[in-house]
Amino acid sequence: MRRLLALLALLWLPIPVEAQPSVVEEDVVLGLSQSRVRITTNFDGSEILIFGAIRREAPTPDSELDVIIAVAGPSTPVVVRKKARRWGIWINTEAAEIRSAPSLYAVASSKPLSEILSEQTDTIYRITAPRAVWTLGSEKEFAEAVLRIRRDQGLYTRNESSVEVAEQTLFRTSVSMPANLTEGAYRTRVFLLRNQQVVSDFETVIDVQKVGLERFLFNLSREQSLIYGLLSLAIAIAAGWGASAAFRILNRG
Amino acid sequence: MQIYLPIAEVSVNAFLLLGLGGIVGILSGMFGVGGGFLITPLLFFIGIPPAVAVATSANQIVASSFSGLLAHLKRKTVDLRMGLVLLVGGLVGAGLGVIVFNYLRSLGQVDLLVRLCYVVFLGIIGALMFVESLRALQRARRAGGVIPAKRKHRGWVTALPLKMRFRTSGLYISVIPPGLVGFAVGLLAAIMGVGGGFIMVPAMIYILHMPTKVVIGTSLFQIIFVAAFTTLLHATTNQTVDMALALFLLVGGVIGAQFGTRIGVKMKAEQLRILLAILVLAVCGKLALELLLQPSELYSIANPGGN
Repeated sequence: MRRLLALLALLWLPIPVEAQPSVVEEDVVLGLSQSRVRITTNFDGSEILIFGAIRREAPTPDSELDVIIAVAGPSTPVVVRKKARRWGIWINTEAAEIRSAPSLYAVASSKPLSEILSEQTDTIYRITAPRAVWTLGSEKEFAEAVLRIRRDQGLYTRNESSVEVAEQTLFRTSVSMPANLTEGAYRTRVFLLRNQQVVSDFETVIDVQKVGLERFLFNLSREQSLIYGLLSLAIAIAAGWGASAAFRILNRG
Repeated sequence: MQIYLPIAEVSVNAFLLLGLGGIVGILSGMFGVGGGFLITPLLFFIGIPPAVAVATSANQIVASSFSGLLAHLKRKTVDLRMGLVLLVGGLVGAGLGVIVFNYLRSLGQVDLLVRLCYVVFLGIIGALMFVESLRALQRARRAGGVIPAKRKHRGWVTALPLKMRFRTSGLYISVIPPGLVGFAVGLLAAIMGVGGGFIMVPAMIYILHMPTKVVIGTSLFQIIFVAAFTTLLHATTNQTVDMALALFLLVGGVIGAQFGTRIGVKMKAEQLRILLAILVLAVCGKLALELLLQPSELYSIANPGGN
């Protein structure tokens, strides 16, 4: 039991990420339970513990400190299609390309966002998911559809009041990464707010990568697609023959 | 046990995949259909991206069909000569089908057309088979369990030139009808992303008048090549074949196909046909409802490039 606890303690050891020097009074010193997510064959989602401390030279201000943490997956353009009824059946009639939408967007905050984040601050820092989906004004309904669909898929999440802040200096939260994760650099931002104003922000990257067999198959399919295709067929033929042979032996015996 | 699929980029339960493969394998062995028209919608349902689902099911069809074919070869219920004639037509059709498919994709309506193809063809074939097998069953009952002899009227099929003897099927007919059947099936298979067995089997029974027992093995023979061709095409152009996904499906599939073949041999041809007809009609009905009822989400996300 003690050994298990020691192992757990080791796992939780922070990977220190130094804050960049800045002119603000309060700085973030951030720790992540893991700075790299490795997608292995039995990958089934991952929980990342994000925690940190606030370093300040001056005494603690009177106003209350709020923390918002935003994790964003790699952004890609997406095509959104809209269905309408034509001749009695539902078909795609309109389409719009959203210039950039992150594959995942998780926001965690110490209090409900409506209380700690002003519209203006959100616009400047692009903190919430609607600000992360870039589009033209005329395609608003399509951008909203992206937000709605990805929220329903559990890709865009908002966890209000999930960041614990202690003594105005320590904070922690955990962000769950779903099983259908895509590869790439996941931009992780931490915002410190006082009176709805950002007093300090900090950014780091969580690296999500396929490893081992996953990596090998993915690379092969991209770089040697003909060999990959032939290999797939060879496996299929071998499996078909193998099953047939196995059943013949079973029937005889 | 969860498995992360490298190309589909989703994590799914391995036993669920084995089960899906197994069910489709049983049907494949019983009816001589590749099962693509069943497994592709099932994969959509468990959250596999459509492009990956279509390409990977082609790969899985190769495995289950090959397993089934070996069982049929042993029983000598494969008309290889007929299979080759069908295959030649099939490959030409598939080649043309891919060109048509890419043209439809550039119009942005490929999803609808694929669905419409499914509904129309599954509906027609299912209904025809159902009515015909029901009649055959009644005839058999009236005749005291003896299945009546084959109809002698073969109409236009016998009137064409380039006749060839298909000994296993007991036919002496022109190569033009089987070639055309193969071509049509190849064309549809490439557009609909399936092996085409569910079109091929009724076409062989009702147009070419082949004996049902030979039909299944011969259909499997042709499907293997069409599906292999499709797999290679998807792997090289879209890179959407997921080997890990295919592996789990085909392990379930090849075992299922062996059981399916055994079940198929024990059943009467009419019963087999009526079951296939019901299955085809069920899938058709489900797809038709999806087109007719208002979807709960009017919008859908598609990444440019199809990945």
